[in-house]
Amino acid sequence: MFLTFDGLSRGAVYAAFALALVLIWRATRIVNFAQGAMAVATAYAGFEVSAATGSYWLGFAVAIAAGLILGAVTERVVMRFVDHSSPLNGVVVALGLVLVIQGGLGMIFGSEFRPAEAPFSRDAFTVGGVALLSRFDLFVFAAVGIVVVLLALLFTRTHTGLRMRAAAFAPDVSRLLGVNVSGMLTLGWALAAAVGSLAGMLVLPTELGLHPNAMDIVFVSSFTAAVVGGLDSAIGSVLGGLIVGLLLSYVSGYLGATVAPIAVLILLVVVLLGRPGGLFSRSAARTV
Amino acid sequence: MSGKMKIATIVAGVAVVVVLTLVFPPFRTYQLATVGAYLCVTAGLTVLTGLNGQLSLGHGALMATGAYTLALSVNAGWPLTAAFAAALVVTTVIGGVVGLAAARLRGPYLAGLTLAVAVVVPAITSTFDGTFNSDQGLSVALEPPPGTVTVEQWQAWLAWGAALIVLVLLQLLIGGRFGRELKAVRDDETAARLAGVGVARTQVLAFVVSAACAGIGGALFAVLAQSVSPGAFPLSLSLFLVMAIVIGGLGSLAGAAWGAVLLVALPALAHTVTEGIDAQRLEGNLPLALFGVTLIVVMLAAPGGIAALRPFKRSPFKRSPFTKAGLRPLRKRSKA
Amino acid sequence: MTALLRTESLTAGYGAAPVLHEVDLDVNTGSITAVLGANGAGKTTLLRTLSGLLPATHGRVLLDGKDLRGVRVEEMVRRGVAHVPEGRGVVTELTVDENLRLGGLWRKDRADVRKAMTEVYELFEPLARRRKFPGHQLSGGERQLLALGRALVGRPRLLLLDEPSLGLAPKITAQIMTLLGTLRDRSGLTVLLVEQNVRGALAIADEAVVLALGRVVTRGTDIDDEMRHAYLGF
Ligand SMILES: Nc1ncnc2c1ncn2[C@@H]1O[C@H](COP(=O)(O)OP(=O)(O)OP(=O)(O)O)[C@@H](O)[C@H]1O
Ligand SMILES: [Mg+2]
Repeated sequence: MFLTFDGLSRGAVYAAFALALVLIWRATRIVNFAQGAMAVATAYAGFEVSAATGSYWLGFAVAIAAGLILGAVTERVVMRFVDHSSPLNGVVVALGLVLVIQGGLGMIFGSEFRPAEAPFSRDAFTVGGVALLSRFDLFVFAAVGIVVVLLALLFTRTHTGLRMRAAAFAPDVSRLLGVNVSGMLTLGWALAAAVGSLAGMLVLPTELGLHPNAMDIVFVSSFTAAVVGGLDSAIGSVLGGLIVGLLLSYVSGYLGATVAPIAVLILLVVVLLGRPGGLFSRSAARTV
Repeated sequence: MSGKMKIATIVAGVAVVVVLTLVFPPFRTYQLATVGAYLCVTAGLTVLTGLNGQLSLGHGALMATGAYTLALSVNAGWPLTAAFAAALVVTTVIGGVVGLAAARLRGPYLAGLTLAVAVVVPAITSTFDGTFNSDQGLSVALEPPPGTVTVEQWQAWLAWGAALIVLVLLQLLIGGRFGRELKAVRDDETAARLAGVGVARTQVLAFVVSAACAGIGGALFAVLAQSVSPGAFPLSLSLFLVMAIVIGGLGSLAGAAWGAVLLVALPALAHTVTEGIDAQRLEGNLPLALFGVTLIVVMLAAPGGIAALRPFKRSPFKRSPFTKAGLRPLRKRSKA
Repeated sequence: MTALLRTESLTAGYGAAPVLHEVDLDVNTGSITAVLGANGAGKTTLLRTLSGLLPATHGRVLLDGKDLRGVRVEEMVRRGVAHVPEGRGVVTELTVDENLRLGGLWRKDRADVRKAMTEVYELFEPLARRRKFPGHQLSGGERQLLALGRALVGRPRLLLLDEPSLGLAPKITAQIMTLLGTLRDRSGLTVLLVEQNVRGALAIADEAVVLALGRVVTRGTDIDDEMRHAYLGF
C-alpha cells in the first residue's frame, strides 16, 4: 500500500516532467535533453531564495518564474536557431546546454549535495498501523494535478491554446492566419520549462538534494514515461509517468533502490522495441 | 587522399607520438597516453555518428564495460593481452545487443535509449557489488613494464599501439564498400534499401564496430588509471565524446584525432587557468561549460548543423527561408 | 477603380536563381483576377511572395498604395489579406470547428466572428455536419472548403486563392466560383484566383494574367486561342 502511494507520488512528478518534454516535442520535434539541467538550475535559484528569506513559498515561486524565463531565453537565444534538417542537431545542441548549465552550476555552487527542504512533513500518515502517504505526497498530487488541469484548460479552452496547437502543427498556415508562431514557440518553451521546474522542486526533496547532476536519473525516468505514453500524447505522458513511478517504487521496495534505474532501462527498451508509438497509441507501426 | 596515403599518415602520426614519449616528461607522456585511449573511442564513435548518422550517448557505458572487463580479467590473473581480448569480446557482444535495438530507433529515441544506458552504469555496479564493488570500484594490479621503460611510456605505447590498430582497421573498413554503405544509410535509408544495402545490418554493424573501439578505449583507461570505478564513467563522459567528435569534425578519423586531443587539452587548459586562483569549484566545471558553449556555437554557426560539419561534404539539404527566419518549413504531417 | 494590390517588378525565388521575374500586377478593388499558367509557371510562388511567406529579392508589393516590405506574414490578415495556400491549408490535427475559429482569432469583433462562422457553415453544408471531426478525417474536397471557409471567417478584403478547385467535384467548383462572384458583387471582395480550371476561372474573372516561366506573358479580359495554345496547352 505504502509502495503504491509512494509510486503514485513519484509518478506524478515524472508525469509533470514528461508532460514538459511532450509539450516541447509536439511544438518543435525536439526532445529537450537539457530539461533536467534547466530544472536543477531553477531549483538552485529557488532554494537559494528560500534560504535567504526563510520562506519556502517565495523560493518556490522564484523557481517557477525562473523556469518560465529560462525556457523563454533558451528558445529565443539557442533553440530557435537550431537547424531542423537532421533530428540530431536539436539533441546535440541540448546536450551542449546540459554541459553549460551543469558546468555553470558547479562553478557557482560547487559539486556537493545541498539540502533541498520539503515544505511539508514527509512522514507518512498511518491508518491502522499501515503507513500510507505523507503530507508532502498530498502536496505533490495537488500541485501536479492543478498543473495538468490548467494546461488541459489552456490548450482546449483558450484562444492562446488553440494558437499554440496550430502553431505547432502547421506553422506556415498559422502565420497566414495571424498567429504569432515564434511567440507561441517561446511561450511553449517557457511553460514547459516552468513545469519542469515544478517537477524539480517536487522531486529534489525526495532525493539526495541539490546537485548539478541531480536530475539525470529523473530525466531518464521521465523520458521513459513520455515514451511509454507516446511522445505525441500529453495524456499518455501523464499515464506513463504514473506507470514508471509505480514500477520504480515496487522495484525499489522489493529488490532495492539500486535496481530501479536498471528497471527503467528495461522498460524503455521493451516499449521502444515493442510499441515505439507508446503503449496507448492506436498503431504500433510507426517509424520513430 | 587515397586510402594508402591515409594509412601511411596514421602510421607516421603514431610514430611521431611514440618518439615524443621518449622525450616528454612523465606527466606529458601520460597525457599522450590518455589522448591515445580517447582516440580509440572517438574514432569508433565518429564512424557511428558521423558516417552512419546514429547518435550514441552511451559510449561512456561501453567504455566502462571494457574497463571493468579488463580489470576483472587482470585481477583473475589473466595476461594483459588476454584481458584486452576479453574486453574486446564483451563490449562487442554488448554493442551488438544495443545495436540491435538501436537499428530500430531514430533520432531522439536512440539518443534517449543510449542516455539511459549511460546513466545506468552506477546502478549496475551497485546492484552487483559483489563483482564490481559499488562506487569504490576495482583496482587493477598491473605487472611492471619490461626493462627500463617508465610506467608512463609503457602506458603510452600500449594506448597508441591500440590506437594504431584501431585507426588502420577503421580506415580499411570505411575506405571500402562498407564505408559507402554507412553513408548511404545515413543519407537516405529508403534509397539505400532500394540500392540493395541491408539497412539494419549496416546499422548494427556500425554499432558493433564503434562499441568494440569504445571497449578498447575503456580497457586502456583501466590500464592508465590502474583502477576502475563508476565515477570515472559519468554521463558527462558520454556527452564529452559526442562533443569531441562534433567539434573535431564529424565522420573523419582526423576529426576524431582532433576531438581526442581536445578531450585532454581543454581540461588541462582549464586546470592551468584556475591553478593560480583559489577556485576549486572551477576545476572540472570550467571545461564542462567551455565544451558546452563551444558545442552550441559550432552547431548554430554551421548552416545545416551536423550535416555541414562533415568534411568535404556540404549538406544535401537546402535551407529554406523559414529556417533562416527561425521557423521550420511545413512538416510532412500537416500536408493534406 | 483603384488598385488594391499592385506589384512592381516583383522578383522572388527559392535559391540563387529567381522563379518570378519582374512581375507587374494591378488588382483592382472589387475585382476577380485569374492567374493562369502551366505547372511550374510560378503561380504559387507569386501568391507566397504576395503574402510575405517568401521574401521578394527585388521589386515591391503595394497594398492600398502602401509598401508591404517589412510587414510580417502574421500581420497580413490584419490588413485584410487572406491567403488560402495550395492543397494543404487545413490544420489536420485540429477539428473543423477549431480550424474555422483559427480564421477569426485575430479579430476583436467576436460577435461578428461567430456570425461569420455561422454563415460559413450555412454556405458549406458538408462542414456543418462534421464540426467535431479532426481535419485528417475530411476528404480532399472538404478540406478545400474548410480552408476557404476559414479565410472567409476573417472577412478579408483581398483573397489569395491557390487552386481552390483542386480535388473538388465540378458542381462544387461551380458553386465556389459563383460564391466568389457574389462576394465580389455584394461586399466588394477582391480576389486573386490561381486556377488550372481555366474555363471556370475565366467565367467569373474580370481580368486574367498568364504566367509562363515566372513572367507575365499576357493579360486582359479575353484569352485568345493563340495564347491558350501557347501557354495553357489546350
Ligand atoms: N520550395 C521550393 N524550393 C525550390 N524551388 C521551388 C520550390 N517551390 C517551387 N519551386 C520551383 O519554382 C517554380 C515555380 O513553382 P510554383 O509552385 O510557383 O509553380 P505553380 O505555377 O504554382 O505550379 P502548379 O500549377 O504545379 O502548382 C518551379 O520550377 C518549382 O520547381
Ligand atoms: Mg502551384
